[in-house]
Amino acid sequence: MSAGMEIGAAVGKTIFIVMFALSLGGLLTWVERKQSAVMQDRIGANRASILGFRVWGLFHIIADAVKMFTKEDFVPDTPHKFIHALAPVLSIFFALLSFAVIPFGSSIVIAGQSIGLQVADVNVGILFIFAMMSVAVYGVVLAGWSSNNNYSLLGGVRATAQMISYEITFGLTLVGVIMIFQTLSLQEIVRAQGGLLFGFLPMWGVFLQPLGFLLFMTAAIAETKRIPFDIPEGESEIIGFFLEYSSMKFGMFMFADFIEQILVASMVTTFFFGGWQVPYLGDGGFVFPWGSTIDMNTWLVESLRVISFVLKVSFFCWLQMLIRWTLPRFRFDQLMNLGWKILLPLSLANALVTAIIVLWIGR
Amino acid sequence: MGTVRVINVSERRRVLTFWERIYLPEVWRGLVLTARHFFVNLWRHTLRLFGVKSALPGAATYQYPEVRRPQSPRLRTLHRLAKRPDGTPRCVACMMCETVCPAFCIKIVAEEVDDPNIEKRPKSFDIDIGRCVFCGFCVEACPEDAIRMDTGITEIGALSREGMVLNIDTLLSLPPKSERGDKPVDFLQQQLVQ
Repeated sequence: MSAGMEIGAAVGKTIFIVMFALSLGGLLTWVERKQSAVMQDRIGANRASILGFRVWGLFHIIADAVKMFTKEDFVPDTPHKFIHALAPVLSIFFALLSFAVIPFGSSIVIAGQSIGLQVADVNVGILFIFAMMSVAVYGVVLAGWSSNNNYSLLGGVRATAQMISYEITFGLTLVGVIMIFQTLSLQEIVRAQGGLLFGFLPMWGVFLQPLGFLLFMTAAIAETKRIPFDIPEGESEIIGFFLEYSSMKFGMFMFADFIEQILVASMVTTFFFGGWQVPYLGDGGFVFPWGSTIDMNTWLVESLRVISFVLKVSFFCWLQMLIRWTLPRFRFDQLMNLGWKILLPLSLANALVTAIIVLWIGR
Repeated sequence: MGTVRVINVSERRRVLTFWERIYLPEVWRGLVLTARHFFVNLWRHTLRLFGVKSALPGAATYQYPEVRRPQSPRLRTLHRLAKRPDGTPRCVACMMCETVCPAFCIKIVAEEVDDPNIEKRPKSFDIDIGRCVFCGFCVEACPEDAIRMDTGITEIGALSREGMVLNIDTLLSLPPKSERGDKPVDFLQQQLVQ
Protein backbone atom coordinates (compact mmCIF):
# COMPACT_ATOMS: atom_id res chain seq x y z
CA MET A 1 0.00 0.00 0.00
CA SER A 2 1.37 3.39 -0.91
CA ALA A 3 2.22 5.79 1.90
CA GLY A 4 -0.15 8.47 0.63
CA MET A 5 -3.07 6.11 0.52
CA GLU A 6 -2.26 4.77 3.93
CA ILE A 7 -2.29 8.26 5.40
CA GLY A 8 -5.45 9.11 3.53
CA ALA A 9 -7.21 6.00 4.83
CA ALA A 10 -6.04 6.67 8.38
CA VAL A 11 -7.24 10.27 8.26
CA GLY A 12 -10.56 9.22 6.79
CA LYS A 13 -11.15 6.57 9.43
CA THR A 14 -10.09 8.94 12.21
CA ILE A 15 -12.47 11.61 10.98
CA PHE A 16 -15.26 9.07 10.78
CA ILE A 17 -14.86 7.71 14.29
CA VAL A 18 -14.25 11.12 15.91
CA MET A 19 -17.25 12.60 14.12
CA PHE A 20 -19.28 9.56 15.14
CA ALA A 21 -18.33 9.97 18.79
CA LEU A 22 -18.73 13.75 18.87
CA SER A 23 -22.01 13.91 17.02
CA LEU A 24 -23.50 11.04 18.99
CA GLY A 25 -22.21 12.75 22.14
CA GLY A 26 -23.90 15.97 21.14
CA LEU A 27 -27.07 14.08 20.39
CA LEU A 28 -26.90 12.38 23.77
CA THR A 29 -27.15 15.74 25.54
CA TRP A 30 -30.55 16.03 23.89
CA VAL A 31 -31.41 12.36 24.40
CA GLU A 32 -30.61 12.66 28.09
CA ARG A 33 -33.17 15.42 28.57
CA LYS A 34 -35.75 14.06 26.19
CA GLN A 35 -35.59 10.40 27.16
CA SER A 36 -35.79 11.19 30.86
CA ALA A 37 -38.79 13.39 30.12
CA VAL A 38 -40.63 10.73 28.15
CA MET A 39 -39.85 8.14 30.81
CA GLN A 40 -41.29 10.43 33.47
CA ASP A 41 -44.45 11.39 31.54
CA ARG A 42 -43.07 14.82 30.74
CA ILE A 43 -42.39 16.62 27.48
CA GLY A 44 -38.84 17.77 28.04
CA ALA A 45 -36.83 20.53 26.50
CA ASN A 46 -38.73 21.85 23.49
CA ARG A 47 -38.47 25.63 23.62
CA ALA A 48 -35.40 26.40 21.53
CA SER A 49 -36.55 27.28 18.04
CA ILE A 50 -35.06 28.61 14.86
CA LEU A 51 -37.53 30.56 12.69
CA GLY A 52 -40.38 28.97 14.61
CA PHE A 53 -39.19 25.42 14.02
CA ARG A 54 -38.68 23.47 17.19
CA VAL A 55 -37.92 19.96 15.85
CA TRP A 56 -38.64 18.33 19.23
CA GLY A 57 -36.11 20.53 20.96
CA LEU A 58 -33.16 19.38 18.87
CA PHE A 59 -31.94 22.96 18.71
CA HIS A 60 -31.25 22.76 22.41
CA ILE A 61 -27.98 21.08 21.47
CA ILE A 62 -26.93 24.29 19.74
CA ALA A 63 -28.47 26.45 22.45
CA ASP A 64 -26.56 24.57 25.14
CA ALA A 65 -23.29 24.90 23.26
CA VAL A 66 -23.83 28.63 22.72
CA LYS A 67 -24.70 29.06 26.37
CA MET A 68 -21.63 27.14 27.52
CA PHE A 69 -19.29 29.11 25.30
CA THR A 70 -20.66 32.52 26.20
CA LYS A 71 -20.76 32.05 29.96
CA GLU A 72 -18.16 33.57 32.23
CA ASP A 73 -15.13 31.33 32.54
CA PHE A 74 -14.49 31.61 36.25
CA VAL A 75 -11.10 30.39 37.44
CA PRO A 76 -10.80 29.95 41.20
CA ASP A 77 -7.95 31.38 43.22
CA THR A 78 -5.64 28.43 42.87
CA PRO A 79 -1.89 28.14 42.38
CA HIS A 80 -2.48 25.48 39.71
CA LYS A 81 -4.19 27.48 36.99
CA PHE A 82 -2.53 25.51 34.19
CA ILE A 83 -3.54 22.14 35.59
CA HIS A 84 -6.98 23.51 36.29
CA ALA A 85 -7.32 24.30 32.60
CA LEU A 86 -5.67 21.04 31.54
CA ALA A 87 -7.92 18.69 33.52
CA PRO A 88 -11.06 18.85 31.34
CA VAL A 89 -8.89 18.50 28.24
CA LEU A 90 -7.29 15.33 29.62
CA SER A 91 -10.69 14.02 30.55
CA ILE A 92 -12.15 14.34 27.08
CA PHE A 93 -8.93 13.65 25.15
CA PHE A 94 -8.32 10.18 26.52
CA ALA A 95 -11.96 9.26 26.23
CA LEU A 96 -11.80 10.12 22.54
CA LEU A 97 -8.43 8.43 22.07
CA SER A 98 -9.84 5.08 23.15
CA PHE A 99 -12.01 5.05 20.03
CA ALA A 100 -8.84 4.47 18.00
CA VAL A 101 -8.97 0.73 18.58
CA ILE A 102 -12.74 0.23 18.31
CA PRO A 103 -13.49 -1.65 15.07
CA PHE A 104 -16.58 -0.21 13.39
CA GLY A 105 -16.51 -2.49 10.36
CA SER A 106 -14.58 -5.35 8.83
CA SER A 107 -12.58 -4.08 5.88
CA ILE A 108 -13.22 -2.41 2.57
CA VAL A 109 -11.27 -2.76 -0.67
CA ILE A 110 -10.36 0.47 -2.47
CA ALA A 111 -8.20 0.32 -5.59
CA GLY A 112 -7.12 -3.20 -4.81
CA GLN A 113 -6.05 -2.29 -1.29
CA SER A 114 -7.79 -3.74 1.73
CA ILE A 115 -8.45 -1.15 4.43
CA GLY A 116 -9.47 -2.37 7.87
CA LEU A 117 -12.31 -0.32 9.33
CA GLN A 118 -10.54 0.49 12.57
CA VAL A 119 -8.26 3.46 13.12
CA ALA A 120 -5.47 1.41 14.66
CA ASP A 121 -5.49 -2.38 14.66
CA VAL A 122 -3.35 -2.63 17.79
CA ASN A 123 -2.80 -6.24 18.75
CA VAL A 124 -3.17 -5.28 22.42
CA GLY A 125 -6.31 -3.25 21.83
CA ILE A 126 -7.93 -4.18 25.14
CA LEU A 127 -4.87 -3.09 27.10
CA PHE A 128 -4.82 0.15 25.11
CA ILE A 129 -8.39 0.92 26.10
CA PHE A 130 -7.64 0.12 29.74
CA ALA A 131 -4.61 2.37 29.66
CA MET A 132 -6.58 5.23 28.17
CA MET A 133 -9.46 4.84 30.60
CA SER A 134 -7.04 4.76 33.52
CA VAL A 135 -5.31 7.91 32.34
CA ALA A 136 -8.69 9.57 31.87
CA VAL A 137 -9.12 9.36 35.64
CA TYR A 138 -6.26 11.84 35.90
CA GLY A 139 -8.51 14.47 34.38
CA VAL A 140 -10.96 14.04 37.23
CA VAL A 141 -8.32 13.77 39.96
CA LEU A 142 -6.37 16.77 38.73
CA ALA A 143 -9.57 18.76 38.45
CA GLY A 144 -10.41 17.99 42.05
CA TRP A 145 -6.92 18.72 43.26
CA SER A 146 -6.16 21.88 41.30
CA SER A 147 -9.47 23.54 42.14
CA ASN A 148 -8.18 24.39 45.62
CA ASN A 149 -11.53 23.47 47.10
CA ASN A 150 -12.19 20.83 49.72
CA TYR A 151 -15.33 19.54 48.06
CA SER A 152 -13.61 19.28 44.70
CA LEU A 153 -10.73 17.43 46.31
CA LEU A 154 -13.17 15.07 47.98
CA GLY A 155 -14.77 14.45 44.60
CA GLY A 156 -11.39 13.71 43.09
CA VAL A 157 -10.47 11.34 45.89
CA ARG A 158 -13.79 9.56 45.57
CA ALA A 159 -13.28 9.27 41.83
CA THR A 160 -9.88 7.66 42.41
CA ALA A 161 -11.29 5.18 44.91
CA GLN A 162 -14.19 4.32 42.63
CA MET A 163 -12.06 3.94 39.53
CA ILE A 164 -9.56 1.68 41.29
CA SER A 165 -12.33 -0.48 42.73
CA TYR A 166 -14.19 -0.91 39.50
CA GLU A 167 -11.29 -1.08 37.08
CA ILE A 168 -10.34 -4.40 38.65
CA THR A 169 -13.74 -5.92 37.93
CA PHE A 170 -13.69 -4.19 34.58
CA GLY A 171 -10.47 -5.93 33.63
CA LEU A 172 -11.19 -9.27 35.25
CA THR A 173 -14.48 -9.74 33.43
CA LEU A 174 -12.68 -9.27 30.15
CA VAL A 175 -10.20 -11.98 31.09
CA GLY A 176 -12.99 -14.43 30.35
CA VAL A 177 -13.56 -12.89 26.93
CA ILE A 178 -9.84 -12.90 26.20
CA MET A 179 -9.56 -16.56 27.19
CA ILE A 180 -12.45 -17.59 24.96
CA PHE A 181 -11.32 -15.68 21.88
CA GLN A 182 -7.61 -16.13 22.61
CA THR A 183 -6.66 -12.64 21.49
CA LEU A 184 -6.27 -9.09 22.74
CA SER A 185 -7.01 -7.51 19.38
CA LEU A 186 -10.50 -6.04 19.19
CA GLN A 187 -10.84 -6.72 15.48
CA GLU A 188 -9.96 -10.39 16.06
CA ILE A 189 -12.45 -10.62 18.91
CA VAL A 190 -15.21 -9.25 16.70
CA ARG A 191 -14.30 -11.60 13.86
CA ALA A 192 -14.35 -14.56 16.24
CA GLN A 193 -17.91 -13.64 17.19
CA GLY A 194 -19.09 -14.25 13.64
CA GLY A 195 -19.48 -17.99 14.18
CA LEU A 196 -22.58 -19.83 15.30
CA LEU A 197 -23.29 -21.65 18.54
CA PHE A 198 -25.27 -24.90 18.23
CA GLY A 199 -25.76 -24.00 14.58
CA PHE A 200 -28.19 -21.13 15.07
CA LEU A 201 -27.12 -18.79 17.89
CA PRO A 202 -24.62 -16.06 16.92
CA MET A 203 -21.42 -16.68 18.86
CA TRP A 204 -21.62 -13.36 20.65
CA GLY A 205 -19.79 -12.76 23.88
CA VAL A 206 -23.02 -12.31 25.80
CA PHE A 207 -24.04 -15.92 25.11
CA LEU A 208 -20.61 -17.24 26.07
CA GLN A 209 -20.14 -14.95 29.06
CA PRO A 210 -23.59 -13.95 30.40
CA LEU A 211 -22.29 -13.25 33.92
CA GLY A 212 -19.28 -11.52 32.46
CA PHE A 213 -21.59 -9.23 30.52
CA LEU A 214 -23.56 -8.23 33.61
CA LEU A 215 -20.41 -7.59 35.62
CA PHE A 216 -18.80 -5.70 32.77
CA MET A 217 -21.85 -3.54 32.24
CA THR A 218 -22.01 -2.69 35.96
CA ALA A 219 -18.32 -1.87 36.18
CA ALA A 220 -18.46 0.06 32.92
CA ILE A 221 -21.33 2.24 34.13
CA ALA A 222 -19.34 2.82 37.31
CA GLU A 223 -16.44 3.93 35.11
CA THR A 224 -18.58 6.56 33.44
CA LYS A 225 -19.30 8.13 36.85
CA ARG A 226 -22.99 8.49 36.16
CA ILE A 227 -25.95 7.67 38.38
CA PRO A 228 -26.24 5.13 40.10
CA PHE A 229 -22.47 5.44 40.52
CA ASP A 230 -22.12 9.22 40.57
CA ILE A 231 -20.24 9.28 43.86
CA PRO A 232 -17.44 11.56 42.54
CA GLU A 233 -20.05 14.07 41.46
CA GLY A 234 -22.49 13.59 44.32
CA GLU A 235 -24.59 16.57 43.30
CA SER A 236 -26.65 16.37 46.45
CA GLU A 237 -23.70 16.38 48.84
CA ILE A 238 -20.36 17.61 47.49
CA ILE A 239 -21.12 18.70 43.90
CA GLY A 240 -17.89 16.99 43.01
CA PHE A 241 -14.66 17.48 41.15
CA PHE A 242 -16.10 20.01 38.71
CA LEU A 243 -17.41 22.31 41.42
CA GLU A 244 -14.97 25.08 40.50
CA TYR A 245 -15.50 24.78 36.77
CA SER A 246 -17.71 26.93 34.67
CA SER A 247 -18.36 27.74 31.05
CA MET A 248 -17.06 25.32 28.43
CA LYS A 249 -14.54 23.77 30.84
CA PHE A 250 -17.49 22.42 32.76
CA GLY A 251 -19.10 21.62 29.44
CA MET A 252 -16.11 19.51 28.53
CA PHE A 253 -16.49 17.44 31.69
CA MET A 254 -20.14 16.96 30.85
CA PHE A 255 -19.26 16.06 27.30
CA ALA A 256 -16.51 13.70 28.44
CA ASP A 257 -19.19 11.87 30.41
CA PHE A 258 -21.24 11.38 27.27
CA ILE A 259 -18.19 10.36 25.24
CA GLU A 260 -17.32 7.80 27.91
CA GLN A 261 -20.88 6.57 27.72
CA ILE A 262 -20.49 6.01 23.99
CA LEU A 263 -17.13 4.37 24.60
CA VAL A 264 -18.70 2.00 27.10
CA ALA A 265 -21.50 1.26 24.64
CA SER A 266 -18.89 0.57 21.95
CA MET A 267 -16.94 -1.72 24.26
CA VAL A 268 -20.02 -3.67 25.32
CA THR A 269 -20.94 -3.98 21.65
CA THR A 270 -17.45 -5.08 20.68
CA PHE A 271 -16.86 -7.59 23.45
CA PHE A 272 -20.32 -8.99 24.04
CA PHE A 273 -22.60 -8.19 21.12
CA GLY A 274 -20.50 -9.04 18.12
CA GLY A 275 -19.25 -5.55 17.26
CA TRP A 276 -20.06 -4.92 13.63
CA GLN A 277 -21.32 -8.47 13.07
CA VAL A 278 -24.81 -8.87 11.71
CA PRO A 279 -26.23 -12.29 12.62
CA TYR A 280 -25.82 -14.78 9.75
CA LEU A 281 -24.15 -12.15 7.54
CA GLY A 282 -20.94 -13.45 6.02
CA ASP A 283 -18.55 -11.72 3.63
CA GLY A 284 -20.66 -12.79 0.64
CA GLY A 285 -24.13 -12.13 2.05
CA PHE A 286 -26.57 -13.75 4.42
CA VAL A 287 -26.23 -17.47 5.13
CA PHE A 288 -29.16 -18.53 7.28
CA PRO A 289 -28.99 -21.61 9.49
CA TRP A 290 -31.93 -23.17 7.59
CA GLY A 291 -29.81 -23.18 4.45
CA SER A 292 -31.14 -20.30 2.38
CA THR A 293 -28.68 -17.62 1.31
CA ILE A 294 -28.87 -14.05 0.05
CA ASP A 295 -25.93 -12.93 -2.05
CA MET A 296 -24.73 -9.37 -1.61
CA ASN A 297 -21.80 -7.38 -2.89
CA THR A 298 -19.03 -6.32 -0.52
CA TRP A 299 -20.08 -2.70 -0.26
CA LEU A 300 -23.59 -3.59 0.82
CA VAL A 301 -22.25 -6.07 3.36
CA GLU A 302 -19.82 -3.52 4.74
CA SER A 303 -22.42 -0.77 5.03
CA LEU A 304 -24.76 -3.19 6.78
CA ARG A 305 -21.98 -3.98 9.22
CA VAL A 306 -21.19 -0.33 9.97
CA ILE A 307 -24.91 0.39 10.40
CA SER A 308 -25.18 -2.62 12.68
CA PHE A 309 -22.33 -1.28 14.82
CA VAL A 310 -23.88 2.18 15.02
CA LEU A 311 -27.29 0.74 15.91
CA LYS A 312 -25.87 -1.48 18.63
CA VAL A 313 -23.92 1.41 20.12
CA SER A 314 -27.01 3.61 20.03
CA PHE A 315 -29.02 0.91 21.76
CA PHE A 316 -26.52 0.63 24.58
CA CYS A 317 -26.41 4.41 24.94
CA TRP A 318 -30.20 4.26 25.29
CA LEU A 319 -29.92 1.45 27.82
CA GLN A 320 -27.41 3.40 29.89
CA MET A 321 -29.73 6.40 29.87
CA LEU A 322 -32.56 4.13 30.98
CA ILE A 323 -30.46 2.82 33.85
CA ARG A 324 -29.29 6.30 34.76
CA TRP A 325 -32.87 7.58 35.01
CA THR A 326 -34.24 4.50 36.78
CA LEU A 327 -31.93 3.55 39.61
CA PRO A 328 -31.26 5.59 42.73
CA ARG A 329 -27.64 6.34 43.49
CA PHE A 330 -25.49 4.29 45.80
CA ARG A 331 -24.02 5.50 49.03
CA PHE A 332 -20.23 5.49 49.14
CA ASP A 333 -20.04 2.46 51.44
CA GLN A 334 -22.58 0.60 49.34
CA LEU A 335 -20.50 1.36 46.28
CA MET A 336 -17.36 -0.01 47.89
CA ASN A 337 -19.23 -3.07 49.20
CA LEU A 338 -20.60 -3.79 45.77
CA GLY A 339 -17.25 -3.32 44.11
CA TRP A 340 -15.03 -5.29 46.45
CA LYS A 341 -17.30 -7.82 48.12
CA ILE A 342 -19.66 -8.75 45.29
CA LEU A 343 -18.35 -7.81 41.86
CA LEU A 344 -14.70 -8.71 42.48
CA PRO A 345 -15.33 -12.27 43.80
CA LEU A 346 -17.92 -12.87 41.08
CA SER A 347 -15.56 -11.73 38.34
CA LEU A 348 -12.80 -13.92 39.79
CA ALA A 349 -15.16 -16.88 39.86
CA ASN A 350 -16.25 -16.08 36.33
CA ALA A 351 -12.65 -16.03 35.13
CA LEU A 352 -11.91 -19.30 36.95
CA VAL A 353 -14.94 -21.16 35.59
CA THR A 354 -14.26 -19.85 32.10
CA ALA A 355 -10.65 -20.97 32.34
CA ILE A 356 -11.67 -24.48 33.42
CA ILE A 357 -14.23 -24.78 30.63
CA VAL A 358 -11.84 -23.41 28.01
CA LEU A 359 -9.17 -25.87 29.13
CA TRP A 360 -11.64 -28.76 29.22
CA ILE A 361 -12.95 -28.04 25.72
CA GLY A 362 -9.47 -27.41 24.39
CA ARG A 363 -8.20 -30.74 25.72
CA MET B 1 -50.81 4.78 35.41
CA GLY B 2 -51.82 1.85 37.57
CA THR B 3 -53.17 2.04 41.07
CA VAL B 4 -51.62 3.94 43.91
CA ARG B 5 -50.42 1.67 46.68
CA VAL B 6 -50.63 3.27 50.09
CA ILE B 7 -47.75 2.32 52.37
CA ASN B 8 -48.19 2.65 56.09
CA VAL B 9 -45.10 4.35 57.46
CA SER B 10 -44.83 1.91 60.36
CA GLU B 11 -44.73 -0.99 57.93
CA ARG B 12 -42.13 0.62 55.75
CA ARG B 13 -39.00 -0.83 57.28
CA ARG B 14 -39.41 -4.48 56.49
CA VAL B 15 -36.83 -7.16 56.01
CA LEU B 16 -35.89 -7.52 52.38
CA THR B 17 -36.21 -10.90 50.80
CA PHE B 18 -33.25 -12.66 49.28
CA TRP B 19 -34.23 -11.71 45.75
CA GLU B 20 -34.61 -8.10 46.76
CA ARG B 21 -31.24 -8.12 48.45
CA ILE B 22 -29.34 -9.35 45.43
CA TYR B 23 -30.81 -6.29 43.73
CA LEU B 24 -30.60 -7.55 40.17
CA PRO B 25 -34.26 -8.66 39.77
CA GLU B 26 -35.36 -5.37 41.31
CA VAL B 27 -33.15 -3.48 38.88
CA TRP B 28 -34.75 -5.44 36.09
CA ARG B 29 -38.25 -4.65 37.36
CA GLY B 30 -37.39 -0.97 37.62
CA LEU B 31 -35.98 -0.93 34.11
CA VAL B 32 -39.06 -2.69 32.74
CA LEU B 33 -41.29 -0.14 34.45
CA THR B 34 -39.47 2.92 33.15
CA ALA B 35 -38.97 1.38 29.73
CA ARG B 36 -42.70 0.70 29.54
CA HIS B 37 -43.42 4.32 30.35
CA PHE B 38 -40.88 5.34 27.74
CA PHE B 39 -42.34 3.25 24.94
CA VAL B 40 -45.98 3.87 25.80
CA ASN B 41 -45.41 7.62 25.93
CA LEU B 42 -43.30 7.54 22.78
CA TRP B 43 -46.10 5.69 20.98
CA ARG B 44 -48.67 8.25 22.14
CA HIS B 45 -46.44 11.15 21.15
CA THR B 46 -45.98 9.57 17.73
CA LEU B 47 -49.71 9.03 17.26
CA ARG B 48 -50.45 12.63 18.16
CA LEU B 49 -47.64 13.84 15.93
CA PHE B 50 -49.41 12.18 13.02
CA GLY B 51 -52.66 13.81 14.01
CA VAL B 52 -54.43 10.98 15.80
CA LYS B 53 -56.38 13.22 18.14
CA SER B 54 -57.97 10.34 20.03
CA ALA B 55 -54.62 9.17 21.35
CA LEU B 56 -53.98 9.81 25.01
CA PRO B 57 -51.46 12.55 25.74
CA GLY B 58 -47.93 11.29 26.18
CA ALA B 59 -47.25 13.55 29.12
CA ALA B 60 -49.09 14.12 32.37
CA THR B 61 -47.78 17.67 32.67
CA TYR B 62 -49.39 20.99 31.83
CA GLN B 63 -47.58 22.80 29.04
CA TYR B 64 -47.36 25.78 31.30
CA PRO B 65 -47.22 29.09 29.50
CA GLU B 66 -49.74 27.94 26.91
CA VAL B 67 -51.87 25.70 29.09
CA ARG B 68 -52.55 26.66 32.68
CA ARG B 69 -53.65 24.50 35.52
CA PRO B 70 -57.27 25.14 36.52
CA GLN B 71 -57.45 27.09 39.76
CA SER B 72 -59.71 26.23 42.63
CA PRO B 73 -62.13 29.09 43.40
CA ARG B 74 -60.78 29.02 46.93
CA LEU B 75 -57.20 29.50 45.82
CA ARG B 76 -55.57 32.47 47.50
CA THR B 77 -54.00 34.54 44.79
CA LEU B 78 -52.85 38.14 44.50
CA HIS B 79 -54.83 40.61 46.63
CA ARG B 80 -57.13 43.29 45.37
CA LEU B 81 -59.17 45.99 47.09
CA ALA B 82 -62.88 45.91 46.42
CA LYS B 83 -64.81 49.04 45.55
CA ARG B 84 -68.20 50.38 46.53
CA PRO B 85 -70.76 50.89 43.76
CA ASP B 86 -69.70 54.53 43.55
CA GLY B 87 -66.10 53.56 42.93
CA THR B 88 -64.58 54.52 46.26
CA PRO B 89 -62.64 51.86 48.15
CA ARG B 90 -64.63 49.71 50.55
CA CYS B 91 -61.72 49.83 52.93
CA VAL B 92 -62.32 51.91 56.04
CA ALA B 93 -58.70 51.81 57.20
CA CYS B 94 -59.56 49.91 60.38
CA MET B 95 -56.06 48.40 60.44
CA MET B 96 -57.41 44.89 61.12
CA CYS B 97 -55.50 43.37 58.24
CA GLU B 98 -52.34 45.25 59.09
CA THR B 99 -52.62 44.02 62.67
CA VAL B 100 -53.31 40.41 61.83
CA CYS B 101 -50.73 40.11 59.07
CA PRO B 102 -48.04 37.68 60.28
CA ALA B 103 -45.57 38.90 57.68
CA PHE B 104 -46.06 42.60 58.41
CA CYS B 105 -46.44 43.29 54.73
CA ILE B 106 -49.42 45.68 54.85
CA LYS B 107 -48.93 49.38 55.50
CA ILE B 108 -52.02 51.58 55.77
CA VAL B 109 -52.14 55.32 56.27
CA ALA B 110 -55.65 56.44 57.20
CA GLU B 111 -57.30 59.76 56.56
CA GLU B 112 -60.63 61.29 57.52
CA VAL B 113 -63.53 61.54 55.13
CA ASP B 114 -66.26 64.17 54.92
CA ASP B 115 -68.95 61.53 54.41
CA PRO B 116 -70.62 61.07 57.85
CA ASN B 117 -71.38 57.42 57.09
CA ILE B 118 -67.72 56.53 56.64
CA GLU B 119 -65.35 57.24 59.46
CA LYS B 120 -62.01 56.82 57.71
CA ARG B 121 -60.55 55.76 54.41
CA PRO B 122 -57.05 54.68 53.42
CA LYS B 123 -54.83 57.47 52.20
CA SER B 124 -52.35 54.85 51.13
CA PHE B 125 -52.54 51.08 51.24
CA ASP B 126 -49.31 49.25 50.40
CA ILE B 127 -48.83 45.49 50.28
CA ASP B 128 -45.27 44.24 50.01
CA ILE B 129 -45.85 41.11 47.97
CA GLY B 130 -42.20 40.21 48.49
CA ARG B 131 -42.99 39.62 52.16
CA CYS B 132 -46.54 38.29 51.86
CA VAL B 133 -46.98 34.62 52.76
CA PHE B 134 -50.45 34.34 51.19
CA CYS B 135 -52.01 33.10 54.43
CA GLY B 136 -55.27 34.93 53.76
CA PHE B 137 -55.61 36.21 57.32
CA CYS B 138 -56.16 39.74 56.03
CA VAL B 139 -59.13 38.54 54.02
CA GLU B 140 -60.61 36.81 57.05
CA ALA B 141 -59.96 39.74 59.34
CA CYS B 142 -61.55 42.35 57.09
CA PRO B 143 -64.92 43.50 58.50
CA GLU B 144 -65.84 45.30 55.28
CA ASP B 145 -64.94 42.48 52.84
CA ALA B 146 -62.67 45.02 51.22
CA ILE B 147 -59.50 43.03 50.73
CA ARG B 148 -59.89 39.89 48.68
CA MET B 149 -57.51 37.35 47.20
CA ASP B 150 -59.48 36.33 44.13
CA THR B 151 -57.58 37.88 41.23
CA GLY B 152 -56.28 34.51 40.05
CA ILE B 153 -52.88 36.09 39.52
CA THR B 154 -50.10 33.80 40.64
CA GLU B 155 -47.27 35.00 38.45
CA ILE B 156 -45.89 37.88 40.42
CA GLY B 157 -42.46 39.23 39.83
CA ALA B 158 -40.45 42.40 39.75
CA LEU B 159 -36.92 43.45 39.02
CA SER B 160 -36.52 45.23 42.36
CA ARG B 161 -37.79 44.95 45.91
CA GLU B 162 -39.57 48.25 45.53
CA GLY B 163 -41.34 46.86 42.51
CA MET B 164 -42.91 44.19 44.69
CA VAL B 165 -44.76 46.80 46.76
CA LEU B 166 -48.26 47.31 45.38
CA ASN B 167 -49.92 50.62 46.09
CA ILE B 168 -53.61 51.39 46.51
CA ASP B 169 -54.15 52.35 42.87
CA THR B 170 -52.85 49.00 41.64
CA LEU B 171 -54.82 47.07 44.23
CA LEU B 172 -58.03 48.88 43.33
CA SER B 173 -57.51 48.39 39.60
CA LEU B 174 -57.16 44.60 39.69
CA PRO B 175 -60.25 42.74 38.49
CA PRO B 176 -61.40 39.54 40.19
CA LYS B 177 -60.79 36.32 38.35
CA SER B 178 -64.53 35.87 37.77
CA GLU B 179 -64.67 39.09 35.72
CA ARG B 180 -61.38 38.55 34.00
CA GLY B 181 -62.11 34.98 32.94
CA ASP B 182 -59.15 33.18 31.47
CA LYS B 183 -57.85 36.35 29.87
CA PRO B 184 -54.32 36.83 31.16
CA VAL B 185 -53.61 40.16 32.81
CA ASP B 186 -50.83 42.16 31.32
CA PHE B 187 -49.90 42.62 34.89
CA LEU B 188 -46.18 42.05 34.92
CA GLN B 189 -45.35 44.73 32.43
CA GLN B 190 -47.82 47.30 33.66
CA GLN B 191 -47.33 47.23 37.36
CA LEU B 192 -44.47 45.22 38.68
CA VAL B 193 -41.49 45.68 36.45
CA GLN B 194 -40.23 48.99 37.73
